[in-house]
Amino acid sequence: MKVLVAVKRVVDFNVKVRVKADGTGVDTANVKFSMNPFDEIAVEEALRLKESGKATEVVAVSLGVQQCQETIRTALAMGADRGIHVQTDEELQPLAVAKLLKAIADKEQPQLIIVGKQAIDDDSNQTGQMLAALLGWPQGTFASKLVINGDRAEVTREIDGGLETVSLAMPALVTTDLRLNEPRYASLPNIMKAKKKPIEATTPADLGVDVKPRLILVKVEEPAKRKSGVKVKTVAELVDKLKNEAKVIP
Amino acid sequence: MSVLVLAEHSHGKVLPATLTTVAAATKLGGDVHVLVAGADCKPAAEAAAKIAGVAKVLLADDARYAEPLAEPYAALIVSLAESYAAVLAASTTFGKNVLPRAAALLDVAQISDIVAVVGPDTFVRPIYAGNALATVKSTDAIKVITVRGTGFEPVKAEGGSAAIENATSADDPGLSKFVSRQESKTERPELTAARVIVSGGRGMGSGDNFKLIEAVADKLGAAVGASRAAVDAGFVPNDLQVGQTGKIVAPELYLAVGISGAIQHLAGMKDSKVIAAINKDEEAPIFQVADYGLVADLFQALPELAAELSK
Ligand SMILES: Cc1cc2nc3c(=O)[nH]c(=O)nc-3n(C[C@H](O)[C@H](O)[C@H](O)COP(=O)(O)OP(=O)(O)OC[C@H]3O[C@@H](n4cnc5c(N)ncnc54)[C@H](O)[C@@H]3O)c2cc1C
Ligand SMILES: Nc1ncnc2c1ncn2[C@@H]1O[C@H](COP(=O)(O)O)[C@@H](O)[C@H]1O
Repeated sequence: MKVLVAVKRVVDFNVKVRVKADGTGVDTANVKFSMNPFDEIAVEEALRLKESGKATEVVAVSLGVQQCQETIRTALAMGADRGIHVQTDEELQPLAVAKLLKAIADKEQPQLIIVGKQAIDDDSNQTGQMLAALLGWPQGTFASKLVINGDRAEVTREIDGGLETVSLAMPALVTTDLRLNEPRYASLPNIMKAKKKPIEATTPADLGVDVKPRLILVKVEEPAKRKSGVKVKTVAELVDKLKNEAKVIP
Repeated sequence: MSVLVLAEHSHGKVLPATLTTVAAATKLGGDVHVLVAGADCKPAAEAAAKIAGVAKVLLADDARYAEPLAEPYAALIVSLAESYAAVLAASTTFGKNVLPRAAALLDVAQISDIVAVVGPDTFVRPIYAGNALATVKSTDAIKVITVRGTGFEPVKAEGGSAAIENATSADDPGLSKFVSRQESKTERPELTAARVIVSGGRGMGSGDNFKLIEAVADKLGAAVGASRAAVDAGFVPNDLQVGQTGKIVAPELYLAVGISGAIQHLAGMKDSKVIAAINKDEEAPIFQVADYGLVADLFQALPELAAELSK
């Protein structure tokens, strides 16, 4: 079984981004980029399937600017077998990403695709669901456990009220939640080995996909700042403030 | 043209998230229709018909909708969507699972997690863990939207008298099967609907120590929340996680205990009316957003707080 994983290059989760003064976006110059954390979890899960003999090959795909190749290298250093880079400088929105990934899946014919539940830059939480729809595959979103049982995937999902388990006919698509696994770090020898692994380059035009954005960005603003508060010295003072000043407890 | 809201319901009741979604839908202009899908869900449809501002309820009562599986639900939405200007659902795990699938089948973008309606095609949504607010304009014929509950005042659950119409079921692609659900049992209010939330973080040290949080929550009639670190450590179940990738809340009072205040946590609670924090580290970033900060050891402060609240 071949497993495809999607790995997005995003502003590192430790960076607090700033909105550009002209309101056209956030400032990403001189900012650290990393693999989207949920995609690290996706790569890890695919690697575990390979190590347990369920998967035979793990292919990492990233879409976007030239530097996405670094993100693919990270996946290769973790242990993925090869990479595919869909190169474009255009803005890619989730529907376009899903269409591009579908075109790749049509060629690669994986039995399982694992993507993150959410990219921590656009916070869309859409791409996996859209890709499953376009492929006509079932989806197991927000996965905290994945078990492959013959031709079915059992996915335990993190839902608002607890956990839910669904059984999906393969080929299937899974999106990762935080508790699925703890991703490994790439070891130095594996980072060296990754340099020799192949990355195939392609473009939206090669894949015949129209990536024109459907959402036009009008402006980006900073959210309202909270007023700075006060420190209280004792629990009694805290209760007094909450009761008599803020009036939020009776 | 009308707009369609996908309702969320349980045991014959419509969930609060649907009321905020209807509120957002009302701002789009046009009649608001509500789709209630499920098995033996007539009582929920009757409840939906009473929601203020709803013009019509579509009832899809069929065994294939007994469990909230994305595949049959998305197919149902697609079968109805063509006659609507917009389709909306709450940004709950249910809405987030189903709606993007429907959007892709309709070949339209989804506008995720809106917090404001600027016009019928223009919306505001947070990006980068809420550190920026993007205003986006949709060029698609059908707007598919998920709604962040904290952005809108819920409409009233009573006062409407909409007609209930049966909707024809759509073909179930039959790709997925429901296996089981493990519901977290709690007597406390649901996190996203609570007036007061007391949350614990890694500083709690263990699941057992959450009893200290619960004792305070009991006094306040509060919901209990947690940071990702507390969930990852297994102190509390996953559905208590507040933050960028958990639940987004905005109660009257949010009390954060033993939580440092990482960007991802703040993303889920910084729109609370009043924030209070207890942390032993006076440099903890949580104090930058807290209206009231107490630098203290939580193991001392929490029992004291519970005692003080009993006075
Ligand atoms: C992709 C991604 C998504 C994420 N999503 C979320 C999310 O949705 N929600 C979320 O919360 N986090 C999220 N995180 C994690 C986030 O980055 C932080 O790691 C997490 O919020 C830290 O939790 P914490 O504050 O409980 O732990 P810590 O940062 O370890 O803080 C513990 C705090 O407890 C205090 N403390 C310790 N002992 C005591 C004591 N005895 N008395 C008083 N104070 C004490 C310490 O001073 C410290 O400030 C995400 C991270 C990533 C990468
Ligand atoms: N440009 C991209 N390159 C690779 N993967 C992507 C890209 N955009 C989205 N994805 C995948 O889709 C997931 C969800 O993204 P989103 O729907 O944007 O929140 C991410 O975690 C990735 O796995």
